[in-house]
Amino acid sequence: MNRIARQIGGWFEARLGIAQALRPILGHRTPRGAKWWYVFGSATLTLFLIQVVTGILLAMVYVPSGDQAYESLQYLNYTQELGWFLRALHNTAASGMVVMLVIHMTQVFLMGAFKYPRELTWLFGVGLLAITMGMAFTGQVLRWDQDAYWGVGVGSAMAGRLPIIGPYMVRLICSGPTIGGETLSRFFALHVFVLPGTLILLVVGHLYLVLRLGISSPPVAGKPVDPKTYDAEYERELANGVTFYPNPIRRDMIFSALTVIVIVALAAMIGPMGPGEPPDPTIIKSDPRPDWEFLPLFGLLALSPAPLEPVAIFGVPAIIGLVLILIPFVGSKGERSPRRRPVAVLSVILFFTTAGVLGWLGHTSPWSPVMDAWSGLPVPERMVKNLRPLELQGAAVFQVKTCRNCHALDGIGGERGPDLTKVATKLTHDELIRQVIQGGGLMPAFGSRLSPAEIDAMVAFLETLRPPGEPPARSAVTARR
Amino acid sequence: MNHGPVHPGEPPIINNADEPDRRGVLKFFSIVLGGIAAAAAGVPVLGYFFGPVTRMLRDKWVDIGAIDEFPTGQTRIVDFENPVRRPWDGVSGKSAAYVRRTGPGEFKVFAINCTHLGCPVSWFPQSGLFLCPCHGGVYYADGERASGPPPRGLYEYAARIEKGRLQILTGHLPTLNDPPSIATEKRA
Repeated sequence: MNRIARQIGGWFEARLGIAQALRPILGHRTPRGAKWWYVFGSATLTLFLIQVVTGILLAMVYVPSGDQAYESLQYLNYTQELGWFLRALHNTAASGMVVMLVIHMTQVFLMGAFKYPRELTWLFGVGLLAITMGMAFTGQVLRWDQDAYWGVGVGSAMAGRLPIIGPYMVRLICSGPTIGGETLSRFFALHVFVLPGTLILLVVGHLYLVLRLGISSPPVAGKPVDPKTYDAEYERELANGVTFYPNPIRRDMIFSALTVIVIVALAAMIGPMGPGEPPDPTIIKSDPRPDWEFLPLFGLLALSPAPLEPVAIFGVPAIIGLVLILIPFVGSKGERSPRRRPVAVLSVILFFTTAGVLGWLGHTSPWSPVMDAWSGLPVPERMVKNLRPLELQGAAVFQVKTCRNCHALDGIGGERGPDLTKVATKLTHDELIRQVIQGGGLMPAFGSRLSPAEIDAMVAFLETLRPPGEPPARSAVTARR
Repeated sequence: MNHGPVHPGEPPIINNADEPDRRGVLKFFSIVLGGIAAAAAGVPVLGYFFGPVTRMLRDKWVDIGAIDEFPTGQTRIVDFENPVRRPWDGVSGKSAAYVRRTGPGEFKVFAINCTHLGCPVSWFPQSGLFLCPCHGGVYYADGERASGPPPRGLYEYAARIEKGRLQILTGHLPTLNDPPSIATEKRA
């Protein structure tokens, strides 16, 4: 039986030569000591393969049409057998792919693996990062809900700020003068043909270079890269190295398998993402948010001062791209070990801290008014106890005039403006009136929207907002008297 | 020139280096014809791809309701069908605008899109403000910028009254360098 199998195998091998082609790949020598640091690239590729399979399956049911995409997503979620799971897996594996890609790049950067002779390997990786982010954005649009609609809207508004070509860019992004069915169809073509095709080409180039140049040996402090001597040195390390099969490839397989198990479990637990409300721009009560990959940019756009906004929109992505491209050329020689590259380590810490803080702020978005706070969140009971009628009236004015959308009481409400729980200890009667009438800072002026009686009542209420035992604010002039 | 021994049954070795004329001709035609072929196939492809950019769809006047539906001094939201919509647009082909009647025959019609990054602003009649949910832009009732990141006031559509009905000139997504069209025809 075994002999027959071997004969059949031999018959095919004589014609196809697959084993012959694979032997140099599996048998190529890799440096010793690579161990578990080198598994993230293959895990990224494994997740991409999951994306290809789940993507093709989803495309068998999904209808990329402006009027039916939303319904087909609902069908996938609730009717199609395991449609909910395939959507969940496609979304979770997409997130996992971005995470693995970023970890892989960070590891390569910190270990100086981008240095001579692997500059082009790194550049292919930068291209893969760009395409993957493109996949994340276009995929979000295919969800064809409120977030998708306004995601395209925000993208268009950003591109539309470019001088001269701005309006043309808007029409190119929307595939027409406004967002509609043609927008979705074009994003679909990008997401399933153009970007994955480019991605596969770049992966092939990346892997070709990995095999041609070999993976770098783990960095050793005090052993800098010198292009003159590196190749001979690397040959010596390889001679002392191990073959890719069995041990290194087994580590790749084990880590990829664990990654897939975790991703599948997460997909089953979290379930599919959306779709949210339909992509109907007349649904005004919308609170659009980008997917997590773009939350740092979302946060940056809220926080950058108006004159710096073009820098935030066009400068920051351009600078990040330029820095990534220049890294292997600026640092092609020298120390590889992170122990001898403090600037590299600090840059990584700075980048992740900034992205993390901006992403967290983007997620909580304290600058966004809480649209239903005025009608949904009552004034805390202790604040209205024992109030005089005028002050009670003022509390009602405070609610009705939507002040809570931006101002919290006891930490509940909007965070756009300051929490007013202790406002009476900070502003005097006159200062409160001035602030309400004229606005200032981020606050609009309410002078034309409130009658004098309403302002009197509201300020009377605000003056009661101080903890017992703390004195009310006094103006500097009064204090001297 | 000696081409080496020719074994019986094998084709004679032909050295192209001996024929510089033919080589030059082939090179010339491979480049010229290749260029023509690439242009012949490529120009229509690019023309198709950039069709949405080169296609000049003018904004159109759209009926958004009888003027009696809008009380003076109030701001109301209206839904309408985008005039440039495609049959397969579904709900994404809808559109909305804020109508503020400032006098007997005077209207201001604002786009719902925030001038910062285009998110839909909400109108709060209680405080007379438009608030944006994305980055906290605020506008006054007359569309002026009140606070937050927006670089200007709300976009305003050209409006006209035809036989007692309010019409606005709309069609394209308003953005900073391409705000709503200005009415060029005479008011009826």
